[in-house]
This record gives sequence, structure tokens and C-alpha cells, in this order.
Amino acid sequence: MIEIEGITKRYDATTVVDDVSMVIEPRTVCVIVGTSGSGKTTLLRMINRLVEPTAGVIKLDGNDNRSLPGYELRRSIGYAIQGHGLFPHRTVAQNIATVPVLLGWDKDRIKARVDELMTLYQLDPQAYGPRYPHELSGGQQQRVGVARALAAEPNVLLMDEPFGALDPIIRTKAQEDLLAIQKRFGTTIILVTHDMEEAVHMGDKIAVMDAGKLVQYAKPEEILARPASAFVETLVGASEKPFRLLSLGRVRDAVEKGTAEGEAIPGDASQRDALAELLWSGRPALPVKGDDGKPLGRVTVDGLVKRAARPA
Amino acid sequence: MKAWLPSLLRLALVVLLIAFVTNPGWFEPLLKPLTENNAPAIYNQGSLLTLTLLHLRTVLIATVAATIVAVALAILVTRPAGAEFLPLSRSLVNIGQTFPPVAVLALAVPAVGFGEKPTLIALFLYGLLPIFENALTGLTTLPGNVMEAARGAGMTGWQRLIKVELPLSAPIILGGIRLSVVISLATATIGSTVAAKTLGEVIIAGLLSNNLAFVLQGGLIVAALAVLIYDGLSAIERYTARRMGQETGE
Repeated sequence: MIEIEGITKRYDATTVVDDVSMVIEPRTVCVIVGTSGSGKTTLLRMINRLVEPTAGVIKLDGNDNRSLPGYELRRSIGYAIQGHGLFPHRTVAQNIATVPVLLGWDKDRIKARVDELMTLYQLDPQAYGPRYPHELSGGQQQRVGVARALAAEPNVLLMDEPFGALDPIIRTKAQEDLLAIQKRFGTTIILVTHDMEEAVHMGDKIAVMDAGKLVQYAKPEEILARPASAFVETLVGASEKPFRLLSLGRVRDAVEKGTAEGEAIPGDASQRDALAELLWSGRPALPVKGDDGKPLGRVTVDGLVKRAARPA
Repeated sequence: MKAWLPSLLRLALVVLLIAFVTNPGWFEPLLKPLTENNAPAIYNQGSLLTLTLLHLRTVLIATVAATIVAVALAILVTRPAGAEFLPLSRSLVNIGQTFPPVAVLALAVPAVGFGEKPTLIALFLYGLLPIFENALTGLTTLPGNVMEAARGAGMTGWQRLIKVELPLSAPIILGGIRLSVVISLATATIGSTVAAKTLGEVIIAGLLSNNLAFVLQGGLIVAALAVLIYDGLSAIERYTARRMGQETGE
């Protein structure tokens, strides 16, 4: 659990982060979203003390994050940044091993961990381990950057626009991979982004920042349904709201009894994808299949449209 | 041009240089036309090989000392604690460069006597600037997100310096050392005016006895050394840049 209590950061006369308090539950994904200059990155960097706050306390599992020297604290917290920041003079394997080496793990344990992470990220340790970062594609570099952040099995992973430099197709894949890995390791992730789409997709909770202040901190449904201010409303995008709401739900939760013609849609797909498919093909209903391929029922345009309405 | 031609030329130059300093007698017929009054065509007051080695030793000692001091200074002034010394150290090093080496020699002789010492002092002062400037450039232009990642991973200041900053700026620092060495190779000849054993001795002897052959052979050996060392260090620099994952654009 991460408790942020009354955190303020001032540079001379300008207040970058203004009295922010929030609690991030363990094993959840918290997305901090805001425009540039909103203080979201500064807030993130105060958690691992790359920036020291002017006032306030941050507690990790009840312990003040100033009870350790900064560098020791940072070794226990994963940190992934935009444009990956891989060490260009070190191989992929050496990059991933950075924090374990600093912590003095023995060789076998480091190798086992590096191999595990590379396999998890679909990079063959034999083929990619000895390569240098500039020999990798952008998507691969990004994966290595996240693998490096996760190498020492941190409970907390901080990410500063980790997908910012990726093209849309690779970005979606990277987001899915991250969510899968988060579930697997139970890591608490705090992710900074300016992209509301990404926030709604990734976050268990979303914190909206504006001009250094925390404007709203709530579940995505809540942010979409009841934006706390005009700023949040703009950030959400009025015309996008129903579709973002649908993108939160899975098709399996909108299944109705009955059958329909045509290609079945998997139950794991988002309701937004289902509606898009229905509208595009001009059909009133789609069959739904489970993971095992068995039919679950169908989704209908009417049913989905009802779900896209503003929650009560 | 064929790719192997430059390598062949370098090899030929190395062979020629070694042959000349070990067996200068072979080249006597070539240099004979440059002498008058039956003067000797090959330097005869000492072995060319010994002088060449002493010349190189002087340059090596001065460059190693200049490298240690300049890099240490650059590291110091790029740390947060040393930042305020940046202007001071810049001007100090610049003064070292603007002082003519001959003047340094003249001032150093009364203090440390004749011989190799005043030459080392002059070369050391003269070699500082290129290395310092390059080390400073290297250490202050490191990619920001790499430095951020190094801090974020929990490296201490010392670990960042050793594991990230110095390796990444190595190619630029090497470039400074290369410039410094080439300047020193040429400047070292002046050291013979205060009795340092360098190839300058051959040139000065030629000037004193109006023997063009001496001047030419001294000058040519220094020039060949400079070309070969410049070339060799450039190759090391390119290799390091590649190892550091930087594109050299070649």
C-alpha cells in the first residue's frame, strides 16, 4: 500500500505539486493522468525520491520512504521511463540485470531471473541476451526497459509514459503484456500518462491532476460517469464517454440468451469492440463464444447501447 | 578507392619508419644530395632509434599525466559539489594552452634545471586543454533518459560515474587524448633546446650545421609518428564508439 499524505513540491515561487493526498491499494494499477505541466511526473518521481518533496510524507507499506537512503529505496522500486533509457553500452541481459547486480545477487540467480523475464517478454535469451539495445526494434527496447524495471522483483513499479514512443499497434500489445504481468506478479503499478484512453484501459483507479492539484481520484467508471470538474470532463472527451465506458466492460458480461448468425466474438473482447463490429456489419446481434469455443449466447446492439448510457 | 589501400599505406609507413630508425645507413644515398661540403647525411651524434624511443617516452609520460589531471578535473567540476569551480578550472586550463611552450621552457629551466623535466612540464600544460574540454563535453552531453534510468535503478553517484558516465563519454575523451598526443609529438622537439633527449636534437643539429638532411630526417620521423599514432587512436576511438552503442556515421 502506498500512502501519499499532503505532498507538496515547490521550486522557488512555483508550486508544481500542491498538497496531494491519496492511497494506492496493493496489487492494483493506478494511472495518474493530466496535461503536461500538471505535476504528474513530479508526483511519481517523489515516490522513489528522484525528487524530494517540500512538504508531506509518502509511506510504502507503512514505512516513510525517507527511512532508507535514496539509492537503496530506488533499488526496491521498479522504474520504467519513456524512451526506455537503456544503457547503450550494455547488452540486453546486462541491462536487465542492472538492479540485481547492484543488490549483489549471485550469478545463477541473476541469470535465472533474466532468462525468466526475457522468456516472459517473448525475447529468446540465447538470441537477444548478448545483443546491444540499438540492435533491437522500438517495441523490443520498450519490453527490455520494463523487464529491467521488474528484474529485482519489486512490489511497486513506477512508469512514466512507458508507451509514449510506441506506434499504436505495438502500444496496445505492450499494454496487454503489462496487465498480464501485473496479474502474474501482483505488482502495484503507478503509471503516468496524458492519454485518457490508456488511463481508462489500464487503471483500476485513475488520478486526474491539473496544475499541481489532484482533481479527482476514482475508478474509471466513476470518472466517466461523474467527472469532478469541467477539466476532467474535457480530458475524458464528451463525445468519447459512452465508448470509453463500453471499453471497460467485457463481452461476456453483456451476453443475452439466444443465438445469432455469423462469426462468433470471444467473450474476452471489449463491449466497445463488439458494438463496433455490430455497427460495421449492420447486424442486430452477434454470437459470443467462451475461451473453449463453446457458444455463450449473443450480444445485441440494443443491449450494448443501454450499457453505454450514463450510469445512474 | 580500394578498401585495402589505406591499410597497405599504413603498413608501408610502419615498415619504412622502423627500417629508417633501426638502419638509417640504408637511406644514406637518398639523403646525400641534401648535404654540402661532404657533411654526414645521417645523424651521427646518437642513435636515431634511442632518440625516437625517448621522444615517445616523453610524450607518453606527459600525456598520461595530462589525461589523469584533465579527466579528474572534468569529473570534479561536473559533480554538483564542484560545479562552481567550472569557470575557474576552464580559465586555468586555457592559460596552460595560451602560454607558448617556449616560454614555459624558459621559465621552467631555472626552477627544475635542464633536461627532460622542463619539457615534461611544457607538454603537460599544453596537453591539458584538449583533454579537459573533450571530457567536459562528454560528461555534460550524456543522454538524459539514460542518466535518469541510472538514478532510478538505484545507482549511487560513484556507480553512475564508473558504470555509465565514463564508459559513455570514453569515445569523446579519447578524441581529446588523440589531439593532445599529436600536439605533444610536435611540441616535444622544442624540448631539445633545453637539452631534453628528443628527435628535436636531430633537427636542431641540422639547423646549427646548416645540414638539410638532418632537419629533414628529424622532421620526417616526427611526422610519421604523428600520422601513425593519430590513425591508431582514431581506430580505437571508432571501436569504442561502436562498443558504446553509438553510431559513428561512417
